[in-house]
Amino acid sequence: MDFTEPQDSRAIRDAVRALCERFPGEYWRGLEPDRYPSEFVAALTDQGWLAALIPEEHGGSGLPLATASVILEEICASGANAGACHAQMYTMGTLLRHGSEAQKRSYLPRIAAGELRLQAFAVTEPGAGSDTTQITTRAERTADGYVVNGQKIWTSRAEHSDLMVLLARTTPIEQLEKRTGGLSVFLLDMRDRGAELTISPIKTMMNHATTEVFFEDLELPAEALIGEEGEGFGYILDGMNAERILIAAECIGDCRFFLDRAVAYANERVVFGRPIGANQGVQFPLARAHMAMSAADLVRWKAAWLYDQGLPAGAEANMAKYLASEASWEAANAALDTHGGFGFAQEYDIERKFRETRLYKTAPVNNNLVQAYVGQHVLGLPRSY
Amino acid sequence: MKICVLVKEVPDAAVEKRIDPSTGRMDRSGEKNLNPYDTHAIEAAMQIKEGGAVPVEEIVAVTMGPDSAVRALHKAVSLGADRSVHLSDPAVAGSDVAATGYALAKTLQRESPDLVLLGQQSDDGECYTIGAVVAEHLGMPSLTQVIKMDVESDALRCERQAEYGYDTVQIKLPAVISVGDAINEPRYPSLKAIMGAKKKPLDAITAADAEIDASKVGGENSAAQWIAAKAPPAKAAGEIIEDEDTGETVEKIIAWLDERKLI
Repeated sequence: MDFTEPQDSRAIRDAVRALCERFPGEYWRGLEPDRYPSEFVAALTDQGWLAALIPEEHGGSGLPLATASVILEEICASGANAGACHAQMYTMGTLLRHGSEAQKRSYLPRIAAGELRLQAFAVTEPGAGSDTTQITTRAERTADGYVVNGQKIWTSRAEHSDLMVLLARTTPIEQLEKRTGGLSVFLLDMRDRGAELTISPIKTMMNHATTEVFFEDLELPAEALIGEEGEGFGYILDGMNAERILIAAECIGDCRFFLDRAVAYANERVVFGRPIGANQGVQFPLARAHMAMSAADLVRWKAAWLYDQGLPAGAEANMAKYLASEASWEAANAALDTHGGFGFAQEYDIERKFRETRLYKTAPVNNNLVQAYVGQHVLGLPRSY
Repeated sequence: MKICVLVKEVPDAAVEKRIDPSTGRMDRSGEKNLNPYDTHAIEAAMQIKEGGAVPVEEIVAVTMGPDSAVRALHKAVSLGADRSVHLSDPAVAGSDVAATGYALAKTLQRESPDLVLLGQQSDDGECYTIGAVVAEHLGMPSLTQVIKMDVESDALRCERQAEYGYDTVQIKLPAVISVGDAINEPRYPSLKAIMGAKKKPLDAITAADAEIDASKVGGENSAAQWIAAKAPPAKAAGEIIEDEDTGETVEKIIAWLDERKLI
């Protein structure tokens, strides 16, 4: 088994790191609590990083997911927040795998060129979180398209995106034999909309630009449908695997950030005549976090490999996201403890990254749901929910 | 105009440099990267090309080194070079500065460049002299530590960093110019440039291809021979003065400095 990192990945790490150096902690602190990192996203777009997954014939670089995940990992490892822009990568799979040629030709080159942003992924609703089949946002067929009514929540970056991947019900659930049917995916152009589309920001404990979105008789042309009507649930699940693998990579990057900072501080900070890192109470939590990160990283690479081979990746993608988010939370706590009071001071960036990485135990899927999935679908235990 | 940029693969800046006692050469087994000073030379070439004062047909990155040096060439190409040349041959391994300069000059002769650019130093050997050696073999004028460069038809107007200020020097082309890191801010490679780098032509050549006289290159044929290396002396532990009474602390610091005739 060869664990040598491919040269492409190394070159990507170097270049992303160099770009992120232009956006140090001061930049991110200056955005708090709720300003969007437009300059950072523009720099990433200009250099083609957010078009990593778009095929070359459509103006992107056509990277496999594994290599693309390195971009998000490095962003997080630098102390930046990839949450501002990661959706352009994880929503891309839905369009790439299930979109029509006409949709790809129409949108992908403009997304790759930075003229359009596809950063919003609207699935969750106030009445349907992890139980996606219970969504009620309705897209009703009309003579020349669809009319959408309903509400989404936790749709991040909707204010900073031109396009949205939207999951809506096209057949009422009571008319279905299989509850995963009747859902469809649309590529919604949010530009030039009036009262039919309302986007309301939600303030959260970290700067994540999340929103709730209201649709009121919003008209969609028939061409907005991605893939087959009624098959949307499967498409979304497939996209979720990509999302989980990319989030796992971000958490690995967060782990590296916390450990780099904490190790440097533990070696430098002298108390009672010796560096605090000499104390096992400081050293062991960092060592454990490093081990947790290393194990999670292996599952992340396996999940990415499966996804890129077109093999079933659900179990590994979920496990990678669980392990990596638990590892980054462990690293975050160890880093906070290592820094003592300074960890709570904004200028050290630990508390900011602490808040940011905490999200990934809860989103895009709660870690309890991952355990339920593994229990039921991997181990064959009875359904627990 | 054709610009050749000499580049080198060096140990990554984060790797602690050490001499391999068995060979007397630098241990280059760890992570490696393109010499950061050379990225300024590539950027300088790109700015001439994009500046439009003279048409630049191509920018060629040239290196001498083992197989792994291809990575430095890929990076150079991702930063803007159009193609690259890799001189790799066991015969040139272990060459000292004079022999390396000779081998690079022979490689450059195949390209007939109008301008040769390189970083003022390598991040590992830090000899600062390779440009002058190459220029001597090519019979070209040479300038070092150039931090500003303007093209004027068949000449360059350069500012070079001197000990007390800057010299302005007019130099006729073709010439060999080593640039200081103050000359520009190198660009970052875009993702497309990184992915496209491997598709650009890379000409791998041997010493024979470059008509290099094997008796003038390689470790054994080099005039400078490594004899021994000594690690720098360990730093003294230092003395920590606890600040319990500021007046007393200041007195202690003054006494310490005075004792060492520092004030």
